[in-house]
Amino acid sequence: MSEREPLLRVEGVTVVYSVGGRRNVHAVSGVSFALFRGETLGLVGESGCGKSTLARAIMQLPRPTAGRVILDGEDITVLGSRSLRALRSRFQMIFQDPIASLNPIRRVGESIEASLRTKGGKSAAERVRRAREMMTTVGLDPEQHYRRRPFQLSGGQCQRVSIARALMTEPQLLICDEPVSSLDVSVQAHIINLLRKVKSDYGLSMLFIAHDLAVVKNISDRVAVMYLGRLCELAPCADIFSSPAHPYTRALINAVPRPGPCQPLAGTGMLSGELPSPMDPPSGCRFRTRCPRAETRCVMVQPELRQIAPGHLVACHFPLREVAGPDEDHRPLMDRPDN
Amino acid sequence: MTVSDTHLLTVENLSVTIPSSAGAVRAVDRVSLALERGRTLALVGESGSGKSMFCRAVMGLLPRSAVVPGAARVTFDGRDLGGLPRRELAAIRGREIGVVLQDPLSSLNPVIPVGRQIAEPMRYHLGLSSARARERAVELLAAVGIPQPEERLGAYPHQLSGGMRQRVAIAMALACEPKLLIADEPTTALDVTVQAEILNLLGRLQRERNMAMVLVTHDLGVVAGRAHETAVMYAGRIVEKAPTVELFTRMRMHYTRALFDAIPRIDDPPHRELGAIGGQPPGPAAQRVGCPFAPRCWRAEERCRTEEPPLARDAGENHSYACWFPLSQEERP
Repeated sequence: MSEREPLLRVEGVTVVYSVGGRRNVHAVSGVSFALFRGETLGLVGESGCGKSTLARAIMQLPRPTAGRVILDGEDITVLGSRSLRALRSRFQMIFQDPIASLNPIRRVGESIEASLRTKGGKSAAERVRRAREMMTTVGLDPEQHYRRRPFQLSGGQCQRVSIARALMTEPQLLICDEPVSSLDVSVQAHIINLLRKVKSDYGLSMLFIAHDLAVVKNISDRVAVMYLGRLCELAPCADIFSSPAHPYTRALINAVPRPGPCQPLAGTGMLSGELPSPMDPPSGCRFRTRCPRAETRCVMVQPELRQIAPGHLVACHFPLREVAGPDEDHRPLMDRPDN
Repeated sequence: MTVSDTHLLTVENLSVTIPSSAGAVRAVDRVSLALERGRTLALVGESGSGKSMFCRAVMGLLPRSAVVPGAARVTFDGRDLGGLPRRELAAIRGREIGVVLQDPLSSLNPVIPVGRQIAEPMRYHLGLSSARARERAVELLAAVGIPQPEERLGAYPHQLSGGMRQRVAIAMALACEPKLLIADEPTTALDVTVQAEILNLLGRLQRERNMAMVLVTHDLGVVAGRAHETAVMYAGRIVEKAPTVELFTRMRMHYTRALFDAIPRIDDPPHRELGAIGGQPPGPAAQRVGCPFAPRCWRAEERCRTEEPPLARDAGENHSYACWFPLSQEERP
């Protein structure tokens, strides 16, 4: 896969917030990955792990504290604000709360049309025509919905408006930050199917952020798992679910409910404890305080992301694959003999 | 043994209509169900299907403008809730019926420490002294899995994570040892990891305390293994109701099947097209003719559009459904 040219390269991106005095929060610490053309990369992790902060750092909203974001060969972290603005039409974002992310007093059709105004070069009539076309593409009826305001639409319809607005500028990269987590399961299915369709129709590359692994598995080609500001595993979708290497990834997989009468209940072998505060992250491996396999080395040495199989990267001193056979991987953490 | 001895909660023919500028909205439509002590009933449906309004009706917390037609009867622990004066209803609520809502940040008071919020119902309903209520609050925080409970008594909701806040809300609901716990989308606002923990916690507490529970959710995926019985709601009506295992293995409604197919599964291969239900749920004020799901149902025929199917069960079975053309053996998942 290394021969493929990545559309987006994220290199050592770090985001530090000051929280008064000399105290800092390292929301994202030295994250690096590549997103290939036409690929969907899923990014998963619990609330507070820095997923959204990373997404915003890629969008330069605001710029990261350190590290480079290279879009199509160009480092966008060093661009002046004017050149960055000119480039913005090429990377667009969809947010979690579909109603709050739209201007409440603007008609949704105008919100969609306005995203072309910033790009320039099109007449008003042309912009409206394109906006109406795009509404049809995302499954809205321009006759019925163009003049509605966000509060007159359902959450799913507003998310369609957001998708239409993002697609208007013909972006290469679409970043979706929890686009379905505030929607009903039935509506969620529509939006995921729609995202998959527009991704292939428009040849998009997509960074898809979610906390629900079943959703991420459904839409992604590769999956990155994030914990407390760092990547802990990155692998092709099929690999990471069949043989997760990081104990955290496996715990996340075990937490997913499986619908059906004879399925085991989710949450056997759950993580104990809370996510530590990013203001005072644990030394060494950040997951060690909740990890059933943690040893002294995990306290002393921070594990770096390394390759353990083709395309399968993990940041763990004792990855599950090396010691555990594939059969053992399905057992709840607590039942394992080495605990 | 009379009905009220075995059943903690019985609801008969409950409808709720809310007047609006677009006409009367029928939020809950002729719902009847019964819940035994110590059992869990799951209510599943999309947004706007009437699940939450049903819960509010049971708790006597309907909006002022809501109208409940006279045929409705809600009996809780042998008492007719509809006939009780407000004051007595308030005494039952919080003491005998506990409630956990979706968003713990908005259901907790942001400017009062959580310890006081947990202690308050015990002082109000049980008349405990403040020292005793404080002790109990520590016990409850420990019971819901909050580490260092004594130190957390003084914490404000914003200082806790979403999962911790929901644990506090559960501790508060359990404070007076209710006989019935209504959990309205208790995990929808939470991460998947926390969701499993909270559902397991509710299940454990329920068994320990022999509490009955109504678990409301839009996700059919979370009820498997967690509810004795499951009722699927659509447009204010219960359209299918059965013991949970029976529902999953022998579902009869096309709508239930559609909800089931919409769930992304972690055991499925990537890029499986999800089964999405076409169309929208009927507007709440829409005229009701025929089956409310007919406009979205791929199986619908003329009869479905003109004649409403009753919620009925086959002889000798504990599985009711409202469909003229139920799923056959081959059509089930």
